[in-house]
Amino acid sequence: MITITDIHKNFEHQEILHGISATFDAGKTNLVIGRSGSGKTVLLRCIVGLLTPERGEVLFDGRDIHHLTKRETTFLRQEIGMLFQGAALFDSMDVLHNVLFPLEMFSSKTYQEQLQRARFCLDRVGLSDAESKMPSELSGGMQKRVAIARAIALEPRYLFCDEPNSGLDPISSRIIDRLISDITHEYSITTIVNTHDMGSVRGIGEQILFIHEGRAEWTGTSHNINQASNPHLREFLKHA
Amino acid sequence: MLCKLLHTIGSYLILMRQTFTRPQRGSVFWRQYVHEFYQLGYNSLFIVILMSFFIGALLCVQIKINIWSPWMPRFTIGYAMREVILLEFASSIICIILAGKVGSNIASEIGTMRVTQQIDALDVMGVNSANHIMLPKILAMTSAIPLLVTFSIASGFIGAYVTCWFGGFLSLSDLTYGLQHSFESWHLWSGYIKSLVFAFIIASVSCYFGYTVRGGSIEVGKAGTNSVVVSSVLILFTDLLLTNLLMA
Repeated sequence: MITITDIHKNFEHQEILHGISATFDAGKTNLVIGRSGSGKTVLLRCIVGLLTPERGEVLFDGRDIHHLTKRETTFLRQEIGMLFQGAALFDSMDVLHNVLFPLEMFSSKTYQEQLQRARFCLDRVGLSDAESKMPSELSGGMQKRVAIARAIALEPRYLFCDEPNSGLDPISSRIIDRLISDITHEYSITTIVNTHDMGSVRGIGEQILFIHEGRAEWTGTSHNINQASNPHLREFLKHA
Repeated sequence: MLCKLLHTIGSYLILMRQTFTRPQRGSVFWRQYVHEFYQLGYNSLFIVILMSFFIGALLCVQIKINIWSPWMPRFTIGYAMREVILLEFASSIICIILAGKVGSNIASEIGTMRVTQQIDALDVMGVNSANHIMLPKILAMTSAIPLLVTFSIASGFIGAYVTCWFGGFLSLSDLTYGLQHSFESWHLWSGYIKSLVFAFIIASVSCYFGYTVRGGSIEVGKAGTNSVVVSSVLILFTDLLLTNLLMA
């Protein structure tokens, strides 16, 4: 479970996040939705520790990522998998070595076991036949699937996805959504997905946080989102 | 202006502190190191040999045309050429050329990694991204430079021999005598010492500019240009200091 409390983040005297608090449950696909520029990505970067908030705390099962020792942070990070908006695959490595990389860096398994695990992850995302390809040879959807395989290689407890469907066609988007949802339930991971895709909201959104101009304005589920009275959310849904 | 300069120096030093730590996984580090040695060292060999060959040949011709007179001993051409190559060309000038070739390559490679979030991906995994990306490049560059300098010196001399052979204005024995005349081995070593410092400047400054890129492709391009300009200026400035220190 991840708990965030009163997160404030400024960029050059401009406040982007105005005290966001929320709880993201384990084993559920938690969605953060909102318009572009609402602060979703900044919030996610604060949660994973790529940005340090001015105020507030981010607890990973009781551990505040911004107040851990270097050693504890490195250990916690090995429990985190992240899917970036542009996949962020290492373009100097082929698909297999991209997935193998976190295992080589942190796993105590033998090389053969690491290879086995990397191949299992690629198989899990349906890309076992693409292991020798370079990232530039893959489509956007395939790159996202490789990034998911890399993110789950170390069997993380927390999975973060920043706009996993951006730039993808509806069919690829649903494949990625299904994959994220299945993995979340299979391994009982705490998953947080940033999106503005209503297909994802209806398809996999179990717990939803709506952000508007850096403020958490609504929380609920995909079942009761249509009954929400928040005017900004209604406006968002109307145009989605 | 001064504030910006101090900020840049400060962030450069912080980044170097992050870089010079023990690698998290030795086997991954050595693989990266070998790869970078090949990329930065071996792949620069051809340009170094080519340029040194022609500069050696040209130096010989220029000294003959512009400096040499019947009152000077014939071996002076070889002697002057050796001193120029050992003291400045093979270390400083080759490093300035490499700042253009290798420096812009490093800055744009790391800059692209930054803007495509590959560095963020490393950070999220718990990898010390500065150490993982920059340390192999800096060590590979500094360990490849003595070899490049050696090849540069040898190619320069070969260029001079070839010119004398085909030009016919100096016998090979006179050239050989000049190259060996009053040889000070310290001149050779000071060239190597200077080149090690310059290699560190090229690699670390380029890494800094690449690593600190913010924005998109335009900023990556600017980082490449800035890394070449700053490395070249720093090389010349350091050359002045080191020459005074080492040759005094």
